[in-house]
Amino acid sequence: MSLLVLAAESVPEVSFTRDANWFLENVWIVPLLPALSFLGILFFGKRLPRGGAELGIAALGLAFLFAVVANIAWFDHRDNYDYRDAEPATELDHSAGVGDTVLDIDGESDTVVLAAAEESEGGEEAHPAVAVLKGRTWFENGGVAFAVGTLLDGSSVMMLFVVTLISLLVHVYSTDYVKGDVRFTHFFAFLSLFSSSMLFFVLSRSTIQLITAWELVGVCSFVLIGHWWEEKPNSDAALKAFLTNRVGDIGLLVGMIILFFAAGNTFDIVTINEKAVAGEISQTALTWAAISLTAAVMSKSGQFILHTWLPDAMAGPTPVSALIHAATMVVAGVFMIARLYPVFYEGFGIADNSVNGLAVIGAVTVVFGGLLAFVQDDIKKVLAYSTVSQLGYMVLALGVGAYTAALFHLFTHAFFKAGLFLGSGSVAHSVHSFDMKKDMGGMRKFLPTPFITFLICSISLAGVFPLAGFWSKDEILVGTGGLGVGADKANGSYHLMLIMGLVGAALTGAYMTRCIYLTFFGEFRGHGHPHESGRAITVPLIILSVFAVGAGFLNLPPGFLAGSAEEPTGWQERFGHFVEPAAAYFPPIGHAVPSWGLAIIASIIGLAGPAVAYWYYFVKVDGLAKQTGEKLTELPNGITSRNAWAGAGHAVLVNKYYLDHLYNDVIVAGVKGPLARVAYWFNQNVLDGVVDGAADGAVRSGRFVYDNIDQKVVDGAVNGSGFLSSQSGQGLRRMQTGKVQQYAALLFAGATILAGIFIVVI
Amino acid sequence: MEDFREWGLTLAVFLPLVGAAIMMAFPKTDEQIHKVIALGTSLAVAAIGIVLLIDFDYDAADTMQWAVTHDWIDVIKTQYAVGIDGMSLPLVLLTMLITPLCIIYSWNHFPEPHNPKAFLILILVLHTGMIGTFVARDLVLFFVFFEVVLLPMFFMIAVWGGEERKYASLKFFLFTLFGSALMLVSFLALFFLSGGETFSITGLADAVVSEGVSRNAQLWIFGGMLLGFGIKVPMFPFHTWLPDAHTQAPTVGSVILAAVLLKLGTYGFVRIAIPILPEAAVAWAPWIGLLAVIGIIYGALGCLAQTDMKRLIAFSSVAHMGFVMLGIATLTDFGINAAIFGMVAHGLITGMLFFVAGSVKERYHTLEISRLGGLLIQAPRMGWILGFISMASLGLPGLAGFWGEFPAILAAYSPANGVDTTLFRVYMVIAALGTVLAAGYLLWLLQRTAFGTPSEEFADDPHIVDANREEWIAWAPMLVLILVLGIYPNLIFGVTDPAVEEGISECLSYEIEGDEASANFDVGECERNGIDAALAASGLALGDE
Repeated sequence: MSLLVLAAESVPEVSFTRDANWFLENVWIVPLLPALSFLGILFFGKRLPRGGAELGIAALGLAFLFAVVANIAWFDHRDNYDYRDAEPATELDHSAGVGDTVLDIDGESDTVVLAAAEESEGGEEAHPAVAVLKGRTWFENGGVAFAVGTLLDGSSVMMLFVVTLISLLVHVYSTDYVKGDVRFTHFFAFLSLFSSSMLFFVLSRSTIQLITAWELVGVCSFVLIGHWWEEKPNSDAALKAFLTNRVGDIGLLVGMIILFFAAGNTFDIVTINEKAVAGEISQTALTWAAISLTAAVMSKSGQFILHTWLPDAMAGPTPVSALIHAATMVVAGVFMIARLYPVFYEGFGIADNSVNGLAVIGAVTVVFGGLLAFVQDDIKKVLAYSTVSQLGYMVLALGVGAYTAALFHLFTHAFFKAGLFLGSGSVAHSVHSFDMKKDMGGMRKFLPTPFITFLICSISLAGVFPLAGFWSKDEILVGTGGLGVGADKANGSYHLMLIMGLVGAALTGAYMTRCIYLTFFGEFRGHGHPHESGRAITVPLIILSVFAVGAGFLNLPPGFLAGSAEEPTGWQERFGHFVEPAAAYFPPIGHAVPSWGLAIIASIIGLAGPAVAYWYYFVKVDGLAKQTGEKLTELPNGITSRNAWAGAGHAVLVNKYYLDHLYNDVIVAGVKGPLARVAYWFNQNVLDGVVDGAADGAVRSGRFVYDNIDQKVVDGAVNGSGFLSSQSGQGLRRMQTGKVQQYAALLFAGATILAGIFIVVI
Repeated sequence: MEDFREWGLTLAVFLPLVGAAIMMAFPKTDEQIHKVIALGTSLAVAAIGIVLLIDFDYDAADTMQWAVTHDWIDVIKTQYAVGIDGMSLPLVLLTMLITPLCIIYSWNHFPEPHNPKAFLILILVLHTGMIGTFVARDLVLFFVFFEVVLLPMFFMIAVWGGEERKYASLKFFLFTLFGSALMLVSFLALFFLSGGETFSITGLADAVVSEGVSRNAQLWIFGGMLLGFGIKVPMFPFHTWLPDAHTQAPTVGSVILAAVLLKLGTYGFVRIAIPILPEAAVAWAPWIGLLAVIGIIYGALGCLAQTDMKRLIAFSSVAHMGFVMLGIATLTDFGINAAIFGMVAHGLITGMLFFVAGSVKERYHTLEISRLGGLLIQAPRMGWILGFISMASLGLPGLAGFWGEFPAILAAYSPANGVDTTLFRVYMVIAALGTVLAAGYLLWLLQRTAFGTPSEEFADDPHIVDANREEWIAWAPMLVLILVLGIYPNLIFGVTDPAVEEGISECLSYEIEGDEASANFDVGECERNGIDAALAASGLALGDE
């Protein structure tokens, strides 16, 4: 519970409104556009001059424009909305009985009387940021109507922008990248559906809608990862992604079910959140729900130990990887935590704590994911593990109560990670391989634009001042409140998380340095003549790297250069102001005070990692390569070959902590093989044995009766179609008819006798 | 219209028999005539279904509509009583949809030994039995129709089936008949113990209370019904007839078996067993739930062990019907609504899976999974359809399967009063685990059959072509329904919910204190005397303890 954390401002008891700017009310159009383009491409794509790509780009373009306008509208709504009209969610009438107007959830006939929020004394109350809620009946069950609709607040409107922008760029990029592919049209159709599902997800107003969109995102990733399903490894990767996510989905289903009952038979997110904040849901229920949902996050957002599907998902085309890693799919888990933040906040007791499940999982993922990036030869896998590690940061941030920092990192990460993936695709496209050691090297000469953008995005990822990644990572580190940073305004003191976060920062820079050296420096080790990519590829790269540089300025820490922690200036904390709800459905979280000291220390540590890597690759390896004239990718006599411990560590990393062995060879193989076979053996031999035995017994006793009683006693009463006829070689149909009639007669006679006995006995 | 409501249902039930009788008059060789008559009859029945769909009063889905009651066999107090309410409407319409589609699908490929005349007559007789079972309001009538279904299906498997048809058909018949016998025993016992006045379902529900049938007798009677209906569902461990029957049955037989016949069992639970014997239902619920979750896991494991595509789909039925039974076992309106949704969804989805399996068999002449592969290359549209229905079958939200599965799991978290909550929460988690296994066996099936490249054996086989016209006509309505019901589930929930609340929840009037076994069963409230009275009654039950 959050008893000791005092929010600076009290929040009025309101949660949402039903009327707002037209664009905010009708935001359902945004997911609808790509959904329509999905259908359009699926049915007519092949007949269009550009194979359906134009439909997808048009739909995403419109959706992007809509999202931009909605974002602008949200600025206005956030600051100028007269919240006296707004409503506490508990007034939302989900539990209407059959006789009530259940079919008109948001309509005129809804006559809920609302208490206007009153300003508290002294005007200390914050201006609330109330969500915009729209919807209609989806289904009724048990006399209760359940709604489908949109829940729009700062975080979802921000996600609309990110998803539509990244998706639009990915669409444009793909027109070149998958040109000439056998399933070009099909690819674009599913890109559209993927975007649509994710947009639907971020706008969900109920948990069941979240589940629906969550699974739709999953199935789109399945289709796109397995895009080249002719090759078994690709379809294996697709299956692995889907099945791993299904494992997490157990947690999702269970968690949502617990919340459904705990919050009084409702799927409504605002109501659940409000009740969680108000303490109307028992701590036990919240804790179990939070634990269950965390399992879902672990699979969806690639948290250690359910992350193993993510690197394999690189089997899909590169634009898909960019989309999955930056804007859809993997951030769904992070967003789900943010959406149901009160549940996690109260359930894990995030306030005034120094350790909790969510934070630990995030922290472990940051370091363990980062380490794996060092042993990859495939450029996309480096980036994949980097995503795992960065998602760890986001989960860690949410785990320590740094809500805004988590979403901010999600925001900045989307741009530089998309830039990195698309950049790696551009390189791979020109050398027809993803293997950095075998087929790349010296690529900066051939591909100057991707080189520059890749470099910028890498620096941003590594968190170097003043690029986007620096600001968001710094905020997370401050938010931990560990080792006395963040003054006492943070939500507890998560020392371990801070240390792990710093270690992760050092690792990030180091593995990206290695990646850049292997890809862009040294001598070209591949074949053929790599060529610069076309405009459809380079323009998205440039746009993304502009964001990778500038996105961080949207949330400058308060007190940076001007203003102070208490009174931030106009450009400070804008992002937090934009996304963080100030309403009754959001917990009173603390906001850590930025620390110059931490920023400097973190920068030093963050640069130490790349410095070591630079020394190893750019000085030692490169020097040796120039000396010997060989194309080297590592020192021939490195520490892993000299030291047994280092060698063992390397082996553990190369084998990905042996998790894949555990899953594939032990669990999956165990279920598919022995367990399934035992169950089937039981079925065939035990259960069927009983059945066949009973039948056999019946036939034997029938034969006995026939031979000894029928033929001898009631001679001739039953003619030749008796039980023995099965051996008498008569026609099949006649035989079975006879048999069946006898069985039937016997059974009915038996039934009547039994019924008689039954009645007499009871 | 008023008149039509009087005889509309009767017409729908017996029209197929008339069609069959007419077909008898034509010689076997006039195949075209037989096809046209059969299709025409089933379409006429479907047209009645459409009228029903339009005329049905959805605001009174909890009452019996188009109801007819006539004296029938006075000696045993049984009546010809039919009618339809929100619980039966979806299932009746499903039946009316599936049958013509099956006839269309068979149009140009009747299984060996051909003989469309006999085959189609059997389908029409089946049709009568299936619709009759869903509309019957009298136990004897129900039983008669329930048995009418048996013989045509037996012959369909025994004559048009695969290699092992003899064994499979006999097993199917005897197993089901065994269940029927016990069911009959239960019905008769119920009749005599409740005063021997009526076989009417609602009448019996009242009589059980007014005559004070002992708890012990109720438990036994419910047990008999459990076996009778449970075998038909089929529930673990009475399911072993199913894989054999499905594997051997001709495609259309499998489709009807999966789409409609299995539902006769589950429908029996929600229409007969629970409303008449609610107290026994509560007592049996933990066991039904246990068998249901065993079925879910066991069926899934069975699927994983299969090497034959059709047998795999058959085993998946055991798992899916487990979800339906779990929903029923919770005895909550949420769970039973989910169960009815699950019945329809399973009918459409598994029916489609069998259709596709049949078409694969026709092209490849084998269903051995290891020999298949690359369906997406050789018959891309069929491959797509297989992918689509696999997704639906594994319970993907947005498609029909989800709405039978998730609400059932949800309901298990909080079953009806008097049912052990902790136990059902364990069931809930096991059932949720079952969804993972479902995804496993379906996607592995998809991977091995649709993905990859065709094996050498079939790579250049000219017989392997994409879906043809009859297949599209037969499949399109089902595919569309799977999608539409998934996107807007209220199409079914909106109809079933009032009926379920009226027919079931009201029987189990909830007690505020929630004392362990002392739930108070006010079966008298089961009377179908309109929603107002029922609501008032439930209000009363809630008000005074």
